[in-house]
Amino acid sequence: MKKVPVQFTLNGEEKAEFVESGVTLLKALREKIGDTSVKAGCQQGTCGSCAVIVDGELRLSCLTLAERCGGAAIETTGGLAHGEVLHPLQRAFNEGFATQCGFCTPGMIMAAKALLDHNPQPSREDVVEAISGNICRCTGYEPIIQAILAAARANSLSAA
Amino acid sequence: MELRKEYFADERKDDLKEIGQPRLRADALGHVTGTTTFFADRNLPGLLHLKMVRSPHHHARIRSIDLSEAGRHPGVVRILTADDVPHNVYTILTLIQVGPEDETVLATDKVRWKGEAIVAILADSERAAHEAAQKVKVDYEVLPAVLSIDEALAPGAPVVNEYHGQNFYRYDSGECRKVRFGDVEAGFAGADHILEQTYGSGPIEHAPTETTGCIVMPEGSGRFTCYTNTQAMFFTLDNTSIILQMDGAKLHMVGGTVGGGFGGKVDVTVEPIAILGAKLTGRPVSFIYSREEEMQISSPRAAEKLVIKDGVMKDGRIVARYVKAYIDAGAYSRHSPYGAQKSAAHFPGPYTVENVWVDSYCVYTNRTPSSAMRGFGVTIGDFALEVQMDKLARLVGMDPLEFRFVNAYRDGDMKAHRQPTEGAALIECMQEASRAAQWPVAEKYLQMSSARREG
Ligand code: FES
Ligand code: FES
Repeated sequence: MKKVPVQFTLNGEEKAEFVESGVTLLKALREKIGDTSVKAGCQQGTCGSCAVIVDGELRLSCLTLAERCGGAAIETTGGLAHGEVLHPLQRAFNEGFATQCGFCTPGMIMAAKALLDHNPQPSREDVVEAISGNICRCTGYEPIIQAILAAARANSLSAA
Repeated sequence: MELRKEYFADERKDDLKEIGQPRLRADALGHVTGTTTFFADRNLPGLLHLKMVRSPHHHARIRSIDLSEAGRHPGVVRILTADDVPHNVYTILTLIQVGPEDETVLATDKVRWKGEAIVAILADSERAAHEAAQKVKVDYEVLPAVLSIDEALAPGAPVVNEYHGQNFYRYDSGECRKVRFGDVEAGFAGADHILEQTYGSGPIEHAPTETTGCIVMPEGSGRFTCYTNTQAMFFTLDNTSIILQMDGAKLHMVGGTVGGGFGGKVDVTVEPIAILGAKLTGRPVSFIYSREEEMQISSPRAAEKLVIKDGVMKDGRIVARYVKAYIDAGAYSRHSPYGAQKSAAHFPGPYTVENVWVDSYCVYTNRTPSSAMRGFGVTIGDFALEVQMDKLARLVGMDPLEFRFVNAYRDGDMKAHRQPTEGAALIECMQEASRAAQWPVAEKYLQMSSARREG
């Protein structure tokens, strides 16, 4: 299989890899670069476990070709904390019991971050809409919705 | 969260260190930082990918299997067939004396459900394994299939599983698990009303976000490290040891992190064959269900059929309850003989009924083998029972919640399977539910207690 070079930043760090042509961003991140915070739940665009942020937009990495991400800025949940200091979303998910098995969590947090980056004070409806592409089979969603709203409130307090 | 402490106040202790205290989950920090290691979160050099060739038919005889073209596909390293499996016919609950062994790891002469595993391709890449799987040629003689409980039990139905010989599991108690308590016919004879209803449910898939799978590493020591998301570590260890005829000390199972299970990851369907692949190739092997396999192949909750006949008095007391429960195991036993047994023990539900008769059958059909799921053998029965309770309440003209107070079990009541009731709290839960739901009930019900009967 033909290999192609790709270069992008992952959570602010430069990355360069040779990947098989046609490989998904999901596989490139997990298997080549070793960022296993990105999860493969379906590999067919139906669950949201693999969600990442590419140039500020939420993307399903299982439906994104790695070679189309040349020069992009990619964010994943694996790069969200600063050392031991958690991002407000991570803190809110942790304290609000918004994670059980944890498999949906990295994708869910990316969907939430993409929302708050664009809309720092979302309504409940905005939150529901923003995570509507992410399946969680454990929590029943309510703690997740509450955690995202709590993180938005924490952001506005720290900004004030 | 509000804790209501007035209930059982004399029984409670408030100086406990953990119980009643809010605590963060020990594993949540890893989850929110994406650092929790799930079984698939490892890249092993030289990893082989296992792809299963599965039956497209519900029921068929296998005339022949032609592997020649698949074996020549670039990237294919090895193809496993039934001949490679040391102990190919197994049943998971042999560990608790459930028999006979009735399921093949890889099919030999027959397939009994659509999706049954036949041969396993091991290849350098997922793609090569996938492509080679399309090139396996299996010649089938399609057989008539049994696709429902009623068809399975009809006279002259095709036999689904020859290891059983008939389309139900034979217990030491006979063709079903039985509960006999009081005199149910006398109960019906004295009842003011009788209501008989039939309830049914379809199979339900757990649909965990992380699909079933494992990664196996052959170690220099001759052991095999198996990273798995099983929910049943010791079932997996022991059954793998039996299937591979391999000393358990050679099997190092590593698990504990499950990306959603709900009972759907208690069957031993990936580990033995992946370990066998690693053994025969000397290379690490990954066997991970695709989403399609998770939905179609992994065991669902069993379909059930329940016939419930109740005798009830005008004042709301249920005086007789007769239940016939049928649990659709699919083509193989897995955990269903146990599920049907749980079902029998669960009736008549959380109610005290003096005359009870239960027959609970574990039935074989040519459907995906069913297995554990949250309260299996019980949950569907509860659905049926509670719908029945509402219908009974309507029949005698009572409020459905008050009707449940009249029949609720209390401490000291003898249950149908002859365990005295202890620690009941149904009355108190219903009292709280009545308040929370603003569904008022008569004061006498609010004065009731699980600990004693009034008068
Ligand atoms: S893995 Fe990408 S949406 Fe499910
Ligand atoms: S926490 Fe398990 S799927 Fe969401």
